[in-house]
Amino acid sequence: MGKTMSEKILSRKVGKDVSAGEIIVTDVDYMFAHDASGPLTLEQLKTMSIEKPAHPDRTIIIIDHAVPSPNKTISNNQAQLRRWAKETGSRFSEAGEGICHQVLVEDYASPGQIILGTDSHTVTAGALAAFATGMGATDVAVAIGLGKTWLRVPETIRIQIEGNLSDGVYSKDVILTVIGRLSTEGATYKALEFIGGTVSGMRMDERLTLSNMSVEAGAKVGLIPADEVTEKYLESRGRGELFQKIAPDDDAQYEDTVEFEAEKIEPSVALPDNVDKVKPVSEVAGAEVQEVFIGSCTNGRIQDLRIAAKILKGRRINPSLRLIVTPASRETLISAMQDGTLETLIQAGASVTPPGCGVCFGALGGVPADGERILTTTNRNFKGRTGNPMAGTYLASPATAAVTALKGVISDPRGFV
Amino acid sequence: MKMNGRVWKFGDSISTDQISPGRYFHLRTDLPELAKHTLEDAREDYAPNVKQGDIVVTGRNFGMGSSREHAPIVIKMSGASVVVAKSFARIFYRNAINIGLPAIICDTDRIDDGDELSIDLEAGRLIDKTKGFEFTFSPIPPVMMKILSEGGLVAYIKKHGGLKI
Repeated sequence: MGKTMSEKILSRKVGKDVSAGEIIVTDVDYMFAHDASGPLTLEQLKTMSIEKPAHPDRTIIIIDHAVPSPNKTISNNQAQLRRWAKETGSRFSEAGEGICHQVLVEDYASPGQIILGTDSHTVTAGALAAFATGMGATDVAVAIGLGKTWLRVPETIRIQIEGNLSDGVYSKDVILTVIGRLSTEGATYKALEFIGGTVSGMRMDERLTLSNMSVEAGAKVGLIPADEVTEKYLESRGRGELFQKIAPDDDAQYEDTVEFEAEKIEPSVALPDNVDKVKPVSEVAGAEVQEVFIGSCTNGRIQDLRIAAKILKGRRINPSLRLIVTPASRETLISAMQDGTLETLIQAGASVTPPGCGVCFGALGGVPADGERILTTTNRNFKGRTGNPMAGTYLASPATAAVTALKGVISDPRGFV
Repeated sequence: MKMNGRVWKFGDSISTDQISPGRYFHLRTDLPELAKHTLEDAREDYAPNVKQGDIVVTGRNFGMGSSREHAPIVIKMSGASVVVAKSFARIFYRNAINIGLPAIICDTDRIDDGDELSIDLEAGRLIDKTKGFEFTFSPIPPVMMKILSEGGLVAYIKKHGGLKI
């Protein structure tokens, strides 16, 4: 019987054929903790009397959630993580290097690996055909300590997308449309596989946006076959030798297949306060927002910033709102400096913050006032997400965000790009 | 494991952002203080009034969103003995069991705020003593029951010296 991507990756890992529903114990290739869950992870290791990671060279501590640190409590927590990484010889990504998922993709992930992180958006690396999933501090502590985890091999929903996306429609609109169809629990406990001509025609940055938001449908992983695009990306990152082709078998058993026609997908927004409240932008055009945010592990990559810069070049944002831009990593920031993207955005009125997660999860920066609405390129819009339960959040693509910043009200990017 | 307590009823799709908001990020290394804000964005009256042993009853997809283990931790620290939901988000469910907070799945439509419940985890039985009806629920999966009955994953690893699932 044919295998899904999850079944293939996990079978290879445990050295025997496994299929959906089985419980396995498997080695983990990379395990990471960030500053939001790292202190608890270290505490759990201490409780288990584990002093050293099983594999320091595969254990990564990443400071990204509060950058730069806003107070002494968080500074002390970050200092503790820094110290632990040094003492144990683990890998360390300093504040300002980037959002954990972007760091993983730039420097670590490759097809067939198992990656665990203390963050739900660890699924991002599924775009490189890595079985990457988010877990809590305790599970990641166990993985760090033992080099292993336990998993239930997931059933898979195949997301089949064919055709060409229209101008002004991006992978963010695709994944919002998918989540709108599946709902925020449609893929709970399951794997998603993104398959079809539309997906194989996407660049790596576009694929990362799809995998990143898989968890918003409840999924355990969001996998994309490893193909020529994957190989070229890995080569560009100096990891070409780690490429291996991974695709599902033709006769793989899926729990369900959900089909989408790319031509029918429109620029989309998720309305407050749920990721599956998805509407075409045209239906909410004209709604006022007081803040626009472009950034995050979902849409803070250089290509996202370039899309926004192209729209905002030589223009000023509407004076009725603020625009905040956060590059996903130091590399993104440098690229955006070198090619003029940053200057364009700043000239247009953007405030640029250092690479990190703060604005997205309401911990640091950009918190909206009571009654305000914010339109962001991030992945979640639950009540209170952006730091104020009296405010509301829309989710959209960088193009929709940029046009909205220009107009001062939610606006359709078609005609501007 | 048997639990008796008063119901705190919540709706569908309660996210981890409502259970333990990101704006209290700086309290994550001060759990008793963080627990004072448990479920604050879903129901402000919960954290100041919940009593030891009370039961959180909710609708679909409880705990959706982030992987923050602080979400089940603060619920447990707030005093709740168990969470009952129509369904749970994957990471929350696993985290809850890992830190020793029972999470059970059953139809919660007929259970109202303030009801007195009695729950027998092994027997898979929930009794609403206020209304006088009884439900059976699917048992917690065997792997997770093993972890839960040791008091959580850390205690399990300490006892068994590894992941002998």
